[in-house]
Amino acid sequence: MRAFSLRRLTAVLVKEFIQMRRDRLTAAMVLGIPVLQLLLFGFAINLNPKNLPTAISIDDPGRFGRSVVAALHNTSYFEIIEQTNSPVRARRLLDEGRVSFVVEIPVDFTRSIVRGSKPSLVIEADATDPASGSYALAAFNSLATTALRDDLVGPLAARAQGPPPFQLITHLLYNPESVTQYNIVPGLLAIILTMTMVLLTCLALTRERERGTYENLLAMPATPLEIMLGKIAPNIVIGAIQSSIILLVARYVFGVPMLGSFVILGVGLIVYIVALLAVGYTFSTIAENQLQAMQMTVFFLLPSILLSGFAFPFKGMPTWAQWLGEVLPATHFLRVVRGVLLKGNGWTETWPEIWPLLLFLTVVSTVAVARFRRTLD
Amino acid sequence: MAEALAIDVHGLTKRFGSKLAVDHVDIAVPQGEVWGFLGPNGSGKTTTIRMLCGLLRPDDGNGTCIGYDVRTEAEAIKRNVGYMTQRFSFWEDLSVKENLDFVARVYELDNREQRVAKMLDRLGLEKRQDQLAGELSGGWKQRMALGACMLHEPKLLLLDEPTAGVDPEARRQFWEQIHTLSERGLTVLVSTHYMDEAERCDRIVYILNGKVVTRGTVAEVIKQSGLITFVVRGDNVRHIADKLRHERGVEYVAFFGAVLHVSGHDRHALEQALTPYRQQFQIEEEQPSLEDVFIQLQEAAA
Repeated sequence: MRAFSLRRLTAVLVKEFIQMRRDRLTAAMVLGIPVLQLLLFGFAINLNPKNLPTAISIDDPGRFGRSVVAALHNTSYFEIIEQTNSPVRARRLLDEGRVSFVVEIPVDFTRSIVRGSKPSLVIEADATDPASGSYALAAFNSLATTALRDDLVGPLAARAQGPPPFQLITHLLYNPESVTQYNIVPGLLAIILTMTMVLLTCLALTRERERGTYENLLAMPATPLEIMLGKIAPNIVIGAIQSSIILLVARYVFGVPMLGSFVILGVGLIVYIVALLAVGYTFSTIAENQLQAMQMTVFFLLPSILLSGFAFPFKGMPTWAQWLGEVLPATHFLRVVRGVLLKGNGWTETWPEIWPLLLFLTVVSTVAVARFRRTLD
Repeated sequence: MAEALAIDVHGLTKRFGSKLAVDHVDIAVPQGEVWGFLGPNGSGKTTTIRMLCGLLRPDDGNGTCIGYDVRTEAEAIKRNVGYMTQRFSFWEDLSVKENLDFVARVYELDNREQRVAKMLDRLGLEKRQDQLAGELSGGWKQRMALGACMLHEPKLLLLDEPTAGVDPEARRQFWEQIHTLSERGLTVLVSTHYMDEAERCDRIVYILNGKVVTRGTVAEVIKQSGLITFVVRGDNVRHIADKLRHERGVEYVAFFGAVLHVSGHDRHALEQALTPYRQQFQIEEEQPSLEDVFIQLQEAAA
């Protein structure tokens, strides 16, 4: 017998090609999914995010205030979604994560400029994700010389020369030193859980099917809901242990600040973990074999990394991509974990992210129970 | 009053796409009897059994299994029937005892521990109770599977080729179990390819291409077939087999070890075909075996 035979190699090759061709669905997934992902993420990801949601806190009846607002808008980095005269209200929007910036135009801004007393223009930036706002802050800093160029005419023309007529002050909130790890490490909690929790359950039923035990399971009186809960529940313990490890490492290795309540974070974690386990279980009711189940898991994991705001600024994505992102549990949990740890968010700010997770969980579980057939038809 | 029927179905039909897997099958099994379900591979035995135990919904036909409607009361049937799948379908990474424990819990049985212990004792599985099911040999696997599907004390057992790949001694013990159970009033429908097993059944049903082609006691089935079989003995009987196959009146020729069975329905034609060989071989008419009957039915259908 020769050590290497081309004929034997050919035999194996032919067999593999035949089997590959038979499994059409898997082949379609392997070829189709990369194209879909390429288009999806290629268009969605934007490293120079513009139109970031901004609130203006303005208490100035004069025209210079209005000019500053217009100039902010013209940079195209700021999309002013609310103007209010209450600094408290503006700050609240920042806490809830609905805006990335608050620009505060102080009382009597216009009069101060006319008087020449150099008022301060303050921008408060949500620095939980230090990278996403850097371009916008650079644009803000150019405002000093440009914003009022067209207004400073006539008697005020002299103000247009020399030093800027007002000062710019930047306040970085929640992560004042702009430590990237403070943002990434809590985010990793969301992503690592997505990966492991979905993997844990995505083979739950495909494995029974491939081993032939599925028929036995069906022949017994257990109901689809009982089977689903029974298969999901033990993995919650694994998810809880994993989360504890990640949080301990975050605290003691990376020094991530933990300002908020662990009870709130715990509730968010449990809901998130169960939602992910339900996703994996649903995949296992759909997939015909283990390879398909794994493919679905990857197909779910990638957008969770790319469209959730974990790796790239969420607010910088086009609207359609943000809508897609809003569907993903990782998006909401990222806001929960970053909000609770870095901002010290309480129930009021966290609940808007918890209910979408609950809704997601309900929909996915319903699909799983409906997909589970009680007969072999 | 008519005998109570454990299985009573009429016109049971199942299609898979355009293929008619089971074609208007009627089966009526009285309580306490052991029925054999025979037929070649792919004839629809497994599909029929799955319809009987509520795992497949019949496309047509109706009837009851232990009094529950096969169309609408599948869940009640699952609770009261013991079904043993063709392929070993218990959890190989659980021990024997853990498998039985699981089954007892799913069926919500009272006195779970005693029941499981009793079943282990009854089947002689005590010593192996902590062994992983995947490490058992074929015979022990089958024994464990039988124990598991009887744990909830079903009134009807549906066994799909339970003895495939099991050694003769284990098969013998298995059938002793079945007969003990049937004496206690349990009804059994068991599919098999073994003729000796068919002969242990009270009655048999033979299915071919999804249709029941014959049924009754073994003697009845042989008699109904009207088959005449001549047995040819002698040296080198193999040499004449091919010639005989083409003679008029010979419907099929089969080897049983060193002897040749030549069968057909026309006695006169068969005798004529065999005449030239009477000198050289010892030729006698014998009662056809069940296997002769089944082979003939299968050849006739082909």
